[in-house]
Amino acid sequence: MTDRPDHRAAVARRLKQRHAAERRFRLYGLLAIGIAVAFLALLLGRIIEQGHSAFVTHSITLAVPVDASRVDPAYPQGANYDQMAAEALMARLGVDASDPINGRAARDLLSPDMGFQILAQVREDPALIGQTLTIDAPVGDDADLYFKGEISPDTPQDQRSLTDQQIAWLDRLQADGVVESHFNTGLFTRSDSTQPETAGLLGAIVGSALMLMVTALLSIPIGVLAAVYLEEFAPKNRLTEIIEVNINNLAAVPSIVYGLLGLAVFIGWMGLPRSSPLVGGTVLSLMAMPTVIIATRAALKAVPPSIRDAALALGASRTQTVFSHVLPLAMPGIMTGSIISMAHALGETAPLLMIGMVSFVPGVPEGILAASSALPTQIFIWENAAEAAFHERTAAAILVLLVFMIVMNAVAIVLRRRLERRW
Amino acid sequence: MIDTRPTLGPAAQGQGESPGLIKLRTRGVNVFYGDKQALKDVSLDMADRAVTALIGPSGCGKSTFLRCLNRMNDTIQGARVEGVIELDGEDVNARSVDPVALRARVGMVFQRPNPFPKSIFENVAYGPRIHGLTQSKAELADVVEQALRRAGLWDEVADRLDQSGSSLSGGQQQRLVIARAIAVDPEVILMDEPCSALDPIATARIEELIDELRRQYCIVIVTHSMAQAARVSQQTAFFHMGQIIEIGRTEDLFTNPREQRTLDYITGRFG
Repeated sequence: MTDRPDHRAAVARRLKQRHAAERRFRLYGLLAIGIAVAFLALLLGRIIEQGHSAFVTHSITLAVPVDASRVDPAYPQGANYDQMAAEALMARLGVDASDPINGRAARDLLSPDMGFQILAQVREDPALIGQTLTIDAPVGDDADLYFKGEISPDTPQDQRSLTDQQIAWLDRLQADGVVESHFNTGLFTRSDSTQPETAGLLGAIVGSALMLMVTALLSIPIGVLAAVYLEEFAPKNRLTEIIEVNINNLAAVPSIVYGLLGLAVFIGWMGLPRSSPLVGGTVLSLMAMPTVIIATRAALKAVPPSIRDAALALGASRTQTVFSHVLPLAMPGIMTGSIISMAHALGETAPLLMIGMVSFVPGVPEGILAASSALPTQIFIWENAAEAAFHERTAAAILVLLVFMIVMNAVAIVLRRRLERRW
Repeated sequence: MIDTRPTLGPAAQGQGESPGLIKLRTRGVNVFYGDKQALKDVSLDMADRAVTALIGPSGCGKSTFLRCLNRMNDTIQGARVEGVIELDGEDVNARSVDPVALRARVGMVFQRPNPFPKSIFENVAYGPRIHGLTQSKAELADVVEQALRRAGLWDEVADRLDQSGSSLSGGQQQRLVIARAIAVDPEVILMDEPCSALDPIATARIEELIDELRRQYCIVIVTHSMAQAARVSQQTAFFHMGQIIEIGRTEDLFTNPREQRTLDYITGRFG
């Protein structure tokens, strides 16, 4: 062993390289995480930056005289309340009401919601005809954008949607204190609308909820039972192998293909109503089922075989073994997998486009057979709208969708922690 | 034909109850896992109220043999069992025998303690409950207590029956698992290296318990410890490469083996 010192020197040299390699690797890891976090921050930051303004809105309080000569008490919906509101506004601003150009410009500052509110009140109580009503309604979408600073008076007039005249009026209204800014509750209490200022997400949220309910009711029981059978009961042979491979393949099928399938089978062949949460949920459950099956099988596989042996050796039947021991132990994993696949289904858009859930639905869907939109398709619809005010609402809708997903994933994590602690 | 002769002579009878009639009788047992033959022509009789130890190097088929006796091999995909295995003269592989009913008569304790991740009480109560052995809650509580007492665990867990079975130490868990097996009131208890995961003190307690249980049950134990086989059993079978090389009274087999391979194994020359 005369060459020992040489060995030591070699080891020392090598050690230096090894430490350097380790430091390098850590640095790469940090870099990777840094890039991932930066992208996420950029994405979220952009959406929040664009969408936060949609959670605030402006409304105007206006005293509108309801001219009895212009309203037929037998047919109140025939009257032009928008015009009455516009005239009230012009009277307030001291503008000549007979000027058609100014009339139009003033009317554009108000939301048609004002007219609808007057109609609703008049219908409720015809005695109001001829009196002056105080109406609190959203301002028009462009006016709202101006108050939020999205439309700047410094932009040349021909490049913005408000004229100098309109901006001057809005400034006066704000100075008079009839315009108020507040949290946009309408975003959550109203459904889709052609007017951005009265468009909300309620219909889409309810539609998504109904659809997800259908998806959960279909895909979780069927998926879990299929997985339990495949994992615990089915003989391992050629046929089950083929089934297994195909389930894994199904999980990788692009979602738009499921949409086409839904269109052809559920709508075309079975005649289920288009755009309905039932069809949407069924299509999404086809998509979620392979994921549920795979997650359930993984959870079942993770249950130690010794537990099965213990139960079987005590004389428990296969079914008893599965249902009183294996399944409860696999439950946290099954739940986590199911909830995550539901969250995935919540955000799925492409198949819904195929089955017509991308149509304009101005109300809250009444059931799983009624036409409905869903959160992701609502985002799609709004993004394609021409009005600038819809774009901030698009970002706001994305935020709402993200919040729902984060909540679902958090529930999955909490459930798993809770249930795991028991054993 | 039912063999009713006592297996062991008077000399084998230790203190306590003497070994009874043959409880388990096997003739020409072959086991295949797929194409691989794990057991070749194994014939062995196991007496009631006695401990039969199965020894031999790893992979020699002793656990496979044990699992034939309560048909746990049924649960393994591709396993095939041939030959005669009789419990009280009845073929356990007969079509008329329900493996679920068989396993209620032939209990099993595994190598690693495998309590259910439930309370101590629920662990022991599970067997009686699925077999419908008790009519009332009080009766069930009584069965659980008796089983825990016989497994020598009652004094240690009486005040914490609602705690998780996995909160116990390894040795306690193994006794809990034995109590769980006893609670079903079996006739045979199979033990697959029950002490291999335990420390010497816990092992000593389990061995005491086995000696205690021998008065009532037919016990078959697989062990890697020659000393343990010598301490707890009355009959020993030496397995090698899927065959039985030698069967004998434990005393004889360890002091005066007839086969060279047995001698080599028990003196530590291989295995």
